Amino acid sequence: MFKIIHAEFLAPGIKRFVIEAPRIARKQKPGQFVILRIYEEGERIPVTIENSDPERSTISIVVQAAGKTTHLLNSLETGDAILDVVGPLGKPSEIRKYGTVVVVGGGVGTAMAYPTAAALKQAGNRVLSIVGARNQELVILEKEMRAVSDAVMITTDDGSYADKGFVTDKLRQLIENGTRIDLVIAVGPIVMMKAVAEMTRKENIHTVVSLNPIMIDGTGMCGGCRVLIDGKSEFACVDGPEFDAHKVDFSVLVQRNTMYRDAEQRSLAEYRDSKSAEAGKCAVTAPQGAQA
Amino acid sequence: MSPTATKSRNPVSPKDRMKIPRQLMPEQPAEERAHNFEEVNLGYSAELAQQEAKRCLECAKPTCTDNCPVGIDVKKFVELIVAGDFLGAAAKIREANVLPAITGRVCPQEDQCEGKCLLSKKVKPLGIGYLERFVADYEQKMGIHVVPNVAPTGKRVAVVGSGPSGLTVAGDLIQKGHKVRVFEALHEIGGVLVYGIPEFRLPKQIVREQIDYMREMGVEFETDVVVGRTVTIDELLEEEGYDAVFIGTGAGLPQFLNIAGEHLNGVYSANEFLTRINLMKAYKFPVYDEPMLDLKGRDVAVIGGGNTALDAIRSALRLGARKAYVIYRRSDAEMPARAEEVHHARQEGIDFQMLTAPIEFLSDGKGWLTAARCVRMELGEPDASGRCRPVPIQGSEFDLPLSVAVIAIGTSANPIVQSTTPGLVTNRKGYIQASEETQRTTRKGVFAGGDIVTGSATVILAMGAGRRAANSIHEYLTTGAW
Repeated sequence: MFKIIHAEFLAPGIKRFVIEAPRIARKQKPGQFVILRIYEEGERIPVTIENSDPERSTISIVVQAAGKTTHLLNSLETGDAILDVVGPLGKPSEIRKYGTVVVVGGGVGTAMAYPTAAALKQAGNRVLSIVGARNQELVILEKEMRAVSDAVMITTDDGSYADKGFVTDKLRQLIENGTRIDLVIAVGPIVMMKAVAEMTRKENIHTVVSLNPIMIDGTGMCGGCRVLIDGKSEFACVDGPEFDAHKVDFSVLVQRNTMYRDAEQRSLAEYRDSKSAEAGKCAVTAPQGAQA
Repeated sequence: MSPTATKSRNPVSPKDRMKIPRQLMPEQPAEERAHNFEEVNLGYSAELAQQEAKRCLECAKPTCTDNCPVGIDVKKFVELIVAGDFLGAAAKIREANVLPAITGRVCPQEDQCEGKCLLSKKVKPLGIGYLERFVADYEQKMGIHVVPNVAPTGKRVAVVGSGPSGLTVAGDLIQKGHKVRVFEALHEIGGVLVYGIPEFRLPKQIVREQIDYMREMGVEFETDVVVGRTVTIDELLEEEGYDAVFIGTGAGLPQFLNIAGEHLNGVYSANEFLTRINLMKAYKFPVYDEPMLDLKGRDVAVIGGGNTALDAIRSALRLGARKAYVIYRRSDAEMPARAEEVHHARQEGIDFQMLTAPIEFLSDGKGWLTAARCVRMELGEPDASGRCRPVPIQGSEFDLPLSVAVIAIGTSANPIVQSTTPGLVTNRKGYIQASEETQRTTRKGVFAGGDIVTGSATVILAMGAGRRAANSIHEYLTTGAW
């Protein structure tokens, strides 16, 4: 059992959990993730690690409610516990001095982009961050990103906060202004990562994306997380999750992530029914897209 | 190898023993079991077991024991069954094998103990696997467990992976007085015994009972630890104070065919397919949350001819598949699966498409599998493995309509431990280099065995490696010599 030391909503449907996990806290590096299972009948899902504190033996994760498991997770409070948390999984981000790095975080992906941005800054890079969200309420970790970036640009789809538009608009501006960019790291919804990759491909800017395919064990055993990289199968859990964006077949990723859509929708509907039966008219927050 | 003349407890004269037919294993009727996950074999009664045991010729030089990877004293335990001392028989097996209820069910006996049984020259071999299973189950039913009382040595051993090799190492070393802690990456103990082998062949309750017994003996287990990521081998040795480490991380990354369409929805690796079913209980969705594709009324094929392939396709049948095919590129004779599993699968109505290989997976244009384009093969000259090389027959292509295809053609080495342990030498294929006698690796105090050393093999071979490793770990801990 892994105890939740602290739980708080960062935005509607997006919750941060500080979890006691001494072994993971000691080893976590930017770019890595955990797999968790909430209860005995639960599924295993990969979740971003936002941060860790080895001295307090804690890690923090940020979860966006999308399906049943993430909704269930977001109903947990300080003092509750999660049955299984395993990690840190995946290869860490490659942190070194590149020069100028643009870190793009879309939605809850910002939580995974943040530790990488912080480490890149520490390694002496000039870090320009672009944070995108659907609307003002869903902009997360702005303060944290500002603290580790030389500049932060924010976009909202509806213009309710900062500039109306998409993260790619800001990236295009940087490119058009002649900003020298040595590396782009993009973490967020697949459509966003694909759009970033297409933009930087033309400019020959090395770009890394963090992929979130369906996963079970996270140790390379099941092969469910296979992604097509440069025409070859690679496993996101052991070979990734970060890959060269220009080699990723995003359409296969999108297609494979729909494999269980019917079952996922059924699970969520049944969960909501049971919740509303439990709490009268109280409805569960609508899914916001992005991660599982 | 002639029947012994020494005093035997067997009342049947050696000459008459051959007249007793091999006692059939009671089993669930094929048409029933094809629709449930309950165990196929129901086990011998005491009467059947004793009748079968009386067939043993009690060879002076038993070849059965020579052909057992862990060297079980078969003649002795069978004799104890004849004498009615079932617990004594169980204890005799346990001297060599800490998981008899498991090996009695999953060992390829026809290639090992039973394969060299003297009886098989004239009649059917002694049912050694059935007898082993009987005494192990009897012991479990009686609830009698002998917890060894040995003086603690003060030495501590970390075991990485809780599959057959790791459990064997743990069970052997705890009985020698060492402290043992087993680290498991998944949330359940047992490795392939829980994520790979299905309920109808190895009930999970049996695995849990064996593990509970180990706990009683003092073995500690820690789940959710991916050694190499959560903690490294060096940290276990240097920071956590373990005196030795055994690596038994098992079969690794599933291999794919590398043919077009392998990324379509509906194409699984056998590991994923079986993990969803066995570990995650996806077949009980929505009671369990992990989903899998609904197989009811669908056509499913597995590609491969090993035990894993048969486990996968027989599971698909039980989940309601309309047609369930095995596609194997060689012929019956080369199939690596256990003979009993092939026999059971045929009884259940699995359609074996032998000398056939898929060359492409076809889609509906929306990312979902609709068929496998296959080609028929013929056998050519023997290849490096000694088996005849399958050669495609020109113009024999045909399309087999399918909703789900499961690839079960083996695995390659999982790199996590190797890539995070400096000085641990691997072979060309990435498997850990370890001595065949002592299971020592190139790192002092670090031992390895099972599939992570040999590549995909069997439960019992992994247990054999575990046994050798336990012996040499004990020697290392006692003498300090490397």
